[in-house]
Amino acid sequence: MPRVEDQQIAAVISVLVENESGALARVIGLFSGRGYNIESLTVAPVEDGGARSRINIVTMGTPMVVEQIKALLYRLVPVHKVSDLTQLGPHVAREMALIKVVCTGEMRSEALRIADSFRARPVDTTVGSFVFELTGASEKIEAFIELMRPLGLVEISRTGVAAIARGTRTI
Amino acid sequence: MNVATDPKDAVHADMPGSSALNGAEVLMRVLQEQGVEVVFGYPGGAVLPIYDALFKQNSVRHILVRHEQAAVHAAEGYARSTGRVGVVLVTSGPGATNAVTGLVDALMDSVPIVCLTGQVPTHMIGNDAFQEADTTGITRPATKHNYLVKRPGDLARTLHEAFYVARSGRPGPVVIDLPKDIMVGPAPYASASSAPHRSYRPASEPARAAVAEAVAAMRRARRPLFYTGGGVINAGPAASEALCRLVRMTGFPCTSTLMGLGAYPTDDPLFVGMLGMHGTYEANLATHGCDLLINIGARFDDRVTGRLDAFSPGSTKIHVDIDPSSINKIVQVDIPVVGDAGRAIAMMIEEWENGRGSEREALAGWWRQIDAWRSIDSLGFKQDQAASAIIKPQHAIRRLHELALETGRDTFVTTEVGQHQMWAATHFQYRKPNRWMTSGGLGTMGYGLPAAVGVQVGHPDALVIDIAGEASTLMNIQELGTIAQYRLPVKLFILNNRYMGMVRQWQELLHGSRYSESYSEALPDFVRLAEAFHGTGMRATCMGELDDVIRAMLAHDGPVVADICVAQDENCYPMIPSGAAHNEMILGEAQAGQAAKITDEGLMLV
Repeated sequence: MPRVEDQQIAAVISVLVENESGALARVIGLFSGRGYNIESLTVAPVEDGGARSRINIVTMGTPMVVEQIKALLYRLVPVHKVSDLTQLGPHVAREMALIKVVCTGEMRSEALRIADSFRARPVDTTVGSFVFELTGASEKIEAFIELMRPLGLVEISRTGVAAIARGTRTI
Repeated sequence: MNVATDPKDAVHADMPGSSALNGAEVLMRVLQEQGVEVVFGYPGGAVLPIYDALFKQNSVRHILVRHEQAAVHAAEGYARSTGRVGVVLVTSGPGATNAVTGLVDALMDSVPIVCLTGQVPTHMIGNDAFQEADTTGITRPATKHNYLVKRPGDLARTLHEAFYVARSGRPGPVVIDLPKDIMVGPAPYASASSAPHRSYRPASEPARAAVAEAVAAMRRARRPLFYTGGGVINAGPAASEALCRLVRMTGFPCTSTLMGLGAYPTDDPLFVGMLGMHGTYEANLATHGCDLLINIGARFDDRVTGRLDAFSPGSTKIHVDIDPSSINKIVQVDIPVVGDAGRAIAMMIEEWENGRGSEREALAGWWRQIDAWRSIDSLGFKQDQAASAIIKPQHAIRRLHELALETGRDTFVTTEVGQHQMWAATHFQYRKPNRWMTSGGLGTMGYGLPAAVGVQVGHPDALVIDIAGEASTLMNIQELGTIAQYRLPVKLFILNNRYMGMVRQWQELLHGSRYSESYSEALPDFVRLAEAFHGTGMRATCMGELDDVIRAMLAHDGPVVADICVAQDENCYPMIPSGAAHNEMILGEAQAGQAAKITDEGLMLV
């Protein structure tokens, strides 16, 4: 049993940054330069008419490393706020995936049946293929992908995680 | 050149009183408003408009260096000795890339630098133009922050902001990349804004509760130790004065990192010497054995901690640092205090005065222990006093200190990197802050001579000595040209052992004395080299010549290169071998065999 301080924990960190050139590069450079992992990263302008962007990062590390990451992010000049959603309590983390399945005959109806139970929508259909749009927690998307694999899955495009705290709390 | 493509900029440019200025003139005005006296730089195509504006004004002085790396080191020397922001001006492409080593050096040692780099015109950026480099991309991990100014309307604000970012919080280097068209075209002037920065707001005021908790631990401590670093120096001379008060009122022993030397007088009885890899026996054993470690403005660098799992085991740890990301980065601490070292020390004094003093008896016992360690004299060395004897480098530095003291002049020391640096740190004494400039974090050979240029420019009447090794100093020896041009009376004191001494020492201790490429082959004649650069050269080859050469060097009012031929095989002791703990120090030649115990893991460490 590894000690608590050596255990790898997942963290979902949201960062509010000034929307200026190089801001994303600073964040990514911090992770690569110090050898931290990025499991997923999303970024888009969210506030002040596009003047501020929100970056959501999913990372793994020991509690000490996660604390370091937050402190180092906050040290960047264009960073307004850093919030560790995993630590602060309940939060919603979702991503969207576009999944292309190429199949015919029996497999088509099976694919549609499974998609229906996952509430995945076919957003493009041809006689030989589907593109499904699926939104949800990463685990749900993983599960859907595994089910589609034997049915002719050929391509996956995922957005990465967007996350927000539950309740009245804000970043 | 048509640059006012943005309608907003066009409006500004038409405003009365501002249309008269071009970008380069706006830059000069910002430098004046920021109180900049001197810029260290080197011209080139992309910065010609800036040099033209520089030519037309008289308030900002320019020091022409001989290499852009040296420009940054000179600005570092200026900044660290004066407490002001050091300013650098270099051209695009190679000018900027040459500056990178200096920028990383300033980043590692938290030195406030504003580095102005030229850039190709905005419409040519990305075209692989002549002397184009992705300067902001290259310097992003080399700076605290950097900017590329793309619109004339952003110029003045960005420049003011750069000075603020460089000097506030944990200081560091800031690059501003300035495309040539922005410098040539009209740009509006704006004064420094008093509004807080949009996102960057470093906290400097420590939490009172954290300080109170720290002081409560200090009262209970039976074996306390102050471990102070460059943060105290960066907090200004008042912080160093406050540190002296705090140390004396508590009666606790005080050690310092390489970067913090001079914050507390190194020849004071409460000072136990520098700690770390080449620190004193008493400082390292006190660090190992203390029950309370009070870190003020230091960052648990690997040169200080040695083997981490054996670093100061069993002590409660207080860590005062202005950078929250330094807390728990390497060593888990019990009482973090985030804020300016000077403010934290002042608050500690207030709290200390409001309660009972220290554990007197326990403290007396702790001092008896420290004095016993001290009696070993771990910095001791044997110097044959005969006139024909070979000079030991440690002895040369001690004599340099004693004879410099006799002159009564305010003395500043810079160093290169290696054995001489460690000897300069431990055998020269520093009684005041800002008198000791060395490349600590990055360990940049070639730092000392250009840094001495910057120090001498900032302190024209002071005695400025670069204690150097012959290998390091050759890395930026071209700065003898700068020294000659501005008649800077810098003293280059070379401890010449004809080896890259620290490399040779590690090869002796760790690699079976296989001196792979560490011999200084085909050295120049330093005396004639000095003369070729319009200076004075001197040489001491034996004990009988040493004092006379030092006296002559100190008495000469111009630049001097003193070639001090010292023992070739002298090692820098004491030493904590890599991968070892503080209580596993090697004390001297007699015990050097202990290095055989270095583990494979230790061999992989630097």
